[in-house]
Amino acid sequence: MSPAPRALAVPLAVPVIVTGTAVLVAALALGGVAPAYIVSLYGKYLCYGILALAVDLVWGFGGILSLGHAAFFALGGYAMGMYLMRQIGPRGVYGDPLLPDFMVFLNWHALPWYWHGFSHFPFALVMVMLVPGLLALVFGYLAFRSRVSGVYLSIITQALTYALLLAFFRNDMGFGGNNGLTDFKDILGFNIESGRTRAALLVATGVVLSLQYVLARAVTRSRFGKVLIAVRDAESRTRFLGYRPESYKLVIWVLSAVMAGIGGALYVPQIGIINPGEFAPTNSIEAVIWVAVGGRGTLAGPILGAVLVNFAKTLLTGTLPEAWLYALGFLFVFVTLVMPKGLMGLVRMRRRDDVPGAAAAASAAKEATG
Amino acid sequence: MRALLLVVALLGLLVGPHGPASAEGGVAPALAALSSRHYDDIANGVAALAVSGDPRAAAILGALQGGRLYARADHALFIRGPDGTYVDAATGAPAADPGTLREVRVNNAVRRALDAGLGALRLFAPDAAVRATAADTLFAQPDPAAIPALDRAIASEPDAGVKTRMEQARAAAILQKPDASEADRLAAVATLRARGGLEARGLLEGLSGQPPAVAHAAAAAVSALDFDLRLWNYAQSAWYGLSLGSVLLLAATGLAITFGVMGVINMAHGEMVMLGAYATYVVQVLFRAYVPPGLYGLSIPVAIPVAFVVAGIVGIAIERLMIRFLYGRPLETLLATFGLSLILQQAVRTIFGPTNRDVDTPAWMSGATQIGGLQITFNRLYIILFAVGVLFALMAVLRRTPLGLQMRAVTQNRRMAAAMGIRTPWVDALTFGLGSGVAGMAGVALSQIDNVSPNLGQGYIIDSFMVVVFGGVGNLWGTAVGAVVLGVINKFLEPVAGAVLGKIVVLVLLILFIQRRPRGMFPLKGRAAEA
Repeated sequence: MSPAPRALAVPLAVPVIVTGTAVLVAALALGGVAPAYIVSLYGKYLCYGILALAVDLVWGFGGILSLGHAAFFALGGYAMGMYLMRQIGPRGVYGDPLLPDFMVFLNWHALPWYWHGFSHFPFALVMVMLVPGLLALVFGYLAFRSRVSGVYLSIITQALTYALLLAFFRNDMGFGGNNGLTDFKDILGFNIESGRTRAALLVATGVVLSLQYVLARAVTRSRFGKVLIAVRDAESRTRFLGYRPESYKLVIWVLSAVMAGIGGALYVPQIGIINPGEFAPTNSIEAVIWVAVGGRGTLAGPILGAVLVNFAKTLLTGTLPEAWLYALGFLFVFVTLVMPKGLMGLVRMRRRDDVPGAAAAASAAKEATG
Repeated sequence: MRALLLVVALLGLLVGPHGPASAEGGVAPALAALSSRHYDDIANGVAALAVSGDPRAAAILGALQGGRLYARADHALFIRGPDGTYVDAATGAPAADPGTLREVRVNNAVRRALDAGLGALRLFAPDAAVRATAADTLFAQPDPAAIPALDRAIASEPDAGVKTRMEQARAAAILQKPDASEADRLAAVATLRARGGLEARGLLEGLSGQPPAVAHAAAAAVSALDFDLRLWNYAQSAWYGLSLGSVLLLAATGLAITFGVMGVINMAHGEMVMLGAYATYVVQVLFRAYVPPGLYGLSIPVAIPVAFVVAGIVGIAIERLMIRFLYGRPLETLLATFGLSLILQQAVRTIFGPTNRDVDTPAWMSGATQIGGLQITFNRLYIILFAVGVLFALMAVLRRTPLGLQMRAVTQNRRMAAAMGIRTPWVDALTFGLGSGVAGMAGVALSQIDNVSPNLGQGYIIDSFMVVVFGGVGNLWGTAVGAVVLGVINKFLEPVAGAVLGKIVVLVLLILFIQRRPRGMFPLKGRAAEA
């Protein structure tokens, strides 16, 4: 049985559910049935779903536990935020036609060179993918080439996002310092506050997540994906067979970073702010727990985990703010000790999945962590 | 203005700067001037009296300042006491009925002369510390008019240290004196150069209108002083770096055991440090409640074993309940212990509240000393000593005790150790408890220099991992060197790049370093490295 036709077959369930719920929520809110705030709330969950999918690609399939993936997410967000800042134009508090408010406030007289071009949407779109991708390329090239792996890699990814956190807190970096970028007015000419724009952004997020799912599925089921799983499970053995594990890791690492960056770019217009807090190492680790809860090494699991965990977070922080950190902490301990395959593992136990690739990936996931 | 007055006074009234200090002969004209009705005379009298060395001078000038000095028509002076009685100003003898008196009036010029005079007078105070302070004040505000007073004071000064300071003040004044000879000025520049410090540098740099030779000497002295200051700055940075390194070492030593020796990645390690700091807080609260205040200084030495035991027991519990199910799965261990750190933080927040708790520094640990241009605070010094002590104690435990032997046996070959009758699960638990207990002791030290809050541990966890990885996993010496090197690099980068950027640079350098040497500065060699 050749895997090629399977790789090309588009699984419809996940994209239909994701896009369908996005359209449904948008329609309910526009129709006045549901409160307006759930549009950006659900949009946020789906953006986290994109981040979780990206983390799962490297962790679940490449065996690389990244504790700094939120950095790529935030970089994409900053690129989009810069576009949105330029769209404010002279409507800022200080009314400067060229400079964003925080630069006027800091007594800057000219736009820094790296802000040029961001007034054009296509340029910003390229940067959303290029900046996280390039950072991942440089970082991954250095790390994988010298065979840094396991917890060492995890810790330096954490150090990476920590360094970016510190750097973006600085006012003279030119990204708004502590306050970040905010007070956005419109995107592509549409008012960012209006219900219709928000609904459109939510549906767009749903569509992008679906496309990324399809892409991830194709990648992981391709020949490349098979080798990647082999690298995850037995890196030395794969190397002895003549493959170059570092190249496979680097490709999936950069792809994952670009996907996370796109997630961040969709996140910022819906939330309305991007600040250095997004670089906090905790955010990256939370993304890892979404994946673990949903089921590492599956593609639907991380999306499910991101939505469910964040839904629980919204509920708990609203009613019992103290309890959320306890709950999150117990979730980490519980999932790793008792439920290593996540929610998808529970589903699989009841209904034996007939897709051999996914099942093999899930069963291999546990061994891979050694 | 004040200077001018003093100069006039001194030139007009003093017999000579080195003249004999015969009290009656020297003071009588000054007292006569004080009883004058002209403010100029009074100011001159004040200045003369101040440098006379007369034991009554302080009392008289003080009385004048307080508006308690009275003059009779025959120029005799009387001081009115608080109870309304009078004493003779010249002799100090009580005067029963002085007759008709008028108060000696002062204007601003006299007040200025009084201030200067009382300042110069302190050069003759019986207390050496007061004399030293007076000399330093004159050094900071050099005044050529004070030179005669300084000369007299130097001649009679018994304390060598104070004498040096007076000579330095005199040198500063000489450089401001319009008619000083070139040789005197050169000598003064040399004196200031020998004194060193920022003030001397400022004085030398601020000189103007000097002869070329003097200006040249001053410029040379300034650059020499700059060199000295730079050296002291380096020394100070090195000291700060050493201090930061000792803190990192304390936080990382426990980690070197759990991560380095056992290979367990414990993200809750920072929370063990935090528990140690809170244990210190609780010990201090109990001391305040139940122990006599005289013994309060013992609270820190008592807190050290308490923190060790508390954090150690929590560590053993973690190992038994959680980590032992995750051996061989480092990434899962990382996630589970991260969850645990969230729980511990939130638990402390629930019990003690989210705000910072006050942990006092006992009197014997506070204070500072100055060595040359180096400022050394005692609590930092104690922390460095403590860190070194902990390191050596830990090495002794690992090398000289049965537990250490068993630990090393288990890490080198678990199955063989088990076959020899070592209860490996217990060794694992005790090793983890030891590492956690050491982290708790680090918390005691950190409570002295950092805020005791539920987030205390978070700030150190990444740095601690960096230290362990940098130094080489499983190597305590490497950890020590790694901590000190990272601390010193951090502190040397800070003035150049700023605190935040310095930290970023260190992180980036470290990431690059791990690229080059993935196993740290001091990698283990031989079979242990294969694990």
